[in-house]
Amino acid sequence: MSVIYVLLTISIVVAILFFVAFIMAVKNGQFDDSYTPSVRMLFEDELVKEEPKK
Amino acid sequence: MSETTCFHCGDVCEEIIQIEEKSFCCFGCKTVYELFAENDLSCYYDLQNSPGAIPKEIQGKYDFLTQQNIIDKLLEFNDDGKQIVTLYIPHIHCSSCIWILENLHKLNAEITASQVNFGKKTVRVTYNSTNFSLKEAVLLLSKIGYEPYISLEDYSTGKTNINRTLIYKLGIAGFAFGNVMFLSFPEYFQVSGFWIEQYKVVFRWLMFAFSLPVVFYAAQDYFISAYKGLRAKLLNIDVPIALGILVLFLRSSVEIIFDLGSGFFDSLTGLVFFLLLGKFFQQKTYTFLSFERDYKSYFPIAVTKILKGKETPIQVYDIKKGDRLLIRNEELIPVDGILMNGNAAIDYSFVTGESETVQKQSGDNLFAGGKQTSGIIEIEAIKSVEQSYLTQLWSNDVFEKNKEEGFTTLTNAISKHFTITVLSIAIIATTFWLFFDASKAMNVFTAVLIIACPCAIALAAPFTFGNLLRIFGKLKFYVKNASVLEQLASINTIIFDKTGTITSNKKSTANYEGEQLTTEELVLLKSTLRGSNHPLSRTLYNILDAQNIVTLDHFEEHVGKGMTARYDNNNIKVGAATFVGHQEDKKVLNTTVHISANNSYKGKYTFYNKYRKGVSKLFNNLKKNFDLAILSGDNEGERENLKKLLPAKTKLIFNQKPNDKLEYIHYHQKEGAKVLMVGDGLNDAGALAQSNVGIALSENVNVFSPACDAILDASKFNQLDAFINASQAAIKIIKWSFVLSFIYNSIGLYFAITGQLAPVIAAILMPLSSISIVVFTTLCTTVLGKKLNR
Repeated sequence: MSVIYVLLTISIVVAILFFVAFIMAVKNGQFDDSYTPSVRMLFEDELVKEEPKK
Repeated sequence: MSETTCFHCGDVCEEIIQIEEKSFCCFGCKTVYELFAENDLSCYYDLQNSPGAIPKEIQGKYDFLTQQNIIDKLLEFNDDGKQIVTLYIPHIHCSSCIWILENLHKLNAEITASQVNFGKKTVRVTYNSTNFSLKEAVLLLSKIGYEPYISLEDYSTGKTNINRTLIYKLGIAGFAFGNVMFLSFPEYFQVSGFWIEQYKVVFRWLMFAFSLPVVFYAAQDYFISAYKGLRAKLLNIDVPIALGILVLFLRSSVEIIFDLGSGFFDSLTGLVFFLLLGKFFQQKTYTFLSFERDYKSYFPIAVTKILKGKETPIQVYDIKKGDRLLIRNEELIPVDGILMNGNAAIDYSFVTGESETVQKQSGDNLFAGGKQTSGIIEIEAIKSVEQSYLTQLWSNDVFEKNKEEGFTTLTNAISKHFTITVLSIAIIATTFWLFFDASKAMNVFTAVLIIACPCAIALAAPFTFGNLLRIFGKLKFYVKNASVLEQLASINTIIFDKTGTITSNKKSTANYEGEQLTTEELVLLKSTLRGSNHPLSRTLYNILDAQNIVTLDHFEEHVGKGMTARYDNNNIKVGAATFVGHQEDKKVLNTTVHISANNSYKGKYTFYNKYRKGVSKLFNNLKKNFDLAILSGDNEGERENLKKLLPAKTKLIFNQKPNDKLEYIHYHQKEGAKVLMVGDGLNDAGALAQSNVGIALSENVNVFSPACDAILDASKFNQLDAFINASQAAIKIIKWSFVLSFIYNSIGLYFAITGQLAPVIAAILMPLSSISIVVFTTLCTTVLGKKLNR
């Protein structure tokens, strides 16, 4: 069997894996709110700072 | 005098409460601060300056959250001692809000998680239901100044599923487009040769496989819409698109089955991908705004019923005729009823647009939609919720009608001629080839339909309007959808509501007529007004210049009449003319407050509406191109004032009930007018729905506005003409894009008719035309937006 079949299979499997990952992400609601996560990300520092106080 | 602002809410402090060198305007704010400081949450104030809100008095307001049937409707998840609820919180406005609401678990250990959706202004709270309840969660939120808004709407809609199909379709089309593109490259770059001969079959069938979900899933909306259009004998834009997709797919399949060529799978998937991209781009939604509101979003979900002396919360839909209901201060009356007990001062601004409160005596009729503004009252329901006066407005047919139907968009108007032209060209070319070289006839026929697929035409409007929607949104003019913009460009009549629309809601001015008041009398007057909660007293109190406040020796408020006060042997009477001992002048329609001191009449304050900044200029700009009219629910007291302010030919019509406004617009539409209605309250809801475009004006877009096509921030009211001009300019941009796409189509048709349409030409020409249209419209609208910004 020619190597092209192996390459094609690999490339399509990889493509489909990413596609499934995308569909799962949409299903989990990751695309529903595109603003809050961008703000939330910046809070990580504030939360860490508080840990030693306790 | 430098003003001290509250550390928590940012309001100007009248009395300063200080702790730890921080000043607060009231004890509510201070308590919230202390609560946060105790729980290591003072970071709240670092992210944003004074982000808080004053916590409101809420005693007893959420008692209905102990009712199991109401709780069940609100909860999203309830199992195994775990409950999840999503609450709408209007105050969410900055990053501090997100931070504090996502750290609720630090305030109460029973809350396990909370997640904010900033766009929708909701927080989703997960808590342990064995030791905690929904009511406690709501009370906790209210205590820190984030009072959730729970309305009747939450009760009836239940759980809505988010529609994500467009994202799925776009994902599939994009995925297939990318893969098919790569798979078609070998044949484009190596036209002949041993290698390609050996493997092209594999490539072709893979492309076929990738195109299947695109045609049968991603593109299905176009087939459905085209079918619906044809059944209604309309040639909408989706007819040639569906035809193009179908022909592309069939011809490509035939080509690969009989080994005639490589097919047009890349053009096919690319076409669908671009079309869906246009749809996605146009679908700009303001998730925190709702354009579909009816009375349900204003009404409370529950009301307190008095049964044998006991207060029990009941669901609003369960109210029956004859029920005794308790309405607290600031609560909305949900049903028509009779006042049984208490001092009613009802604010009907929702229903009638009348800005003043109405005093009612025991035994008087009260209408649903009024807001009680002074203390607790008891009413007896005489109708159920659905039969009440206000709610009946919603049974009018206009609320059932879809405005988009019956409006032919520019794209669809063009598409009618376009489809017919393309079909005739295809038939003529095919007939010609049948005689000339019959083997090529079918080839040419399909090629014409493929290349003439109006992808660029279909993209022009979505991208132009989609971009304009975003630009308008940044300028605080929130438009429901693209079709509204197109209708806005075609209007010729503009009708304004008065109260709250061209006048400002909060501010009014007052003129004093009569004997000059001495400084002592002014101090006494201001101190007296301070004690009263009547709206007029509050307004006058704010208008009067800052004076010393004295503690009165005596103060008495006579509900519905006025008040008396005494300080240092000086008496004052403030209120209605008859109350202070003055003959009332029946001719004056304006609101007045009379004053007498030490039993002698002094004078009166007359209140005038304060008009928004730039009203006069706006009307003068608009009068050249539009018919203008003002429909007011108020009396004629302001007629003279308005006449001075507005251009001469503006029609002024007063004493209009909600239904009158609707009829007025309907009448003018019959005469061929395309009406833009600008209003603000529920009383305009009918008119907003009946008009071609209904714009709701809002002082604060987070608070509620009636069902409408667009929401305009009050601060941008004077720019209304610029927005209308911009939407008219957008139509011009679209027309130019049509010209551009016709040029592409003609080039493509040349290849098609002469029978030389190779897949590679289609694959270059189709994306090129689409992308250039997208670039052209985006650039033009951005330039348009820049002009607006100035």
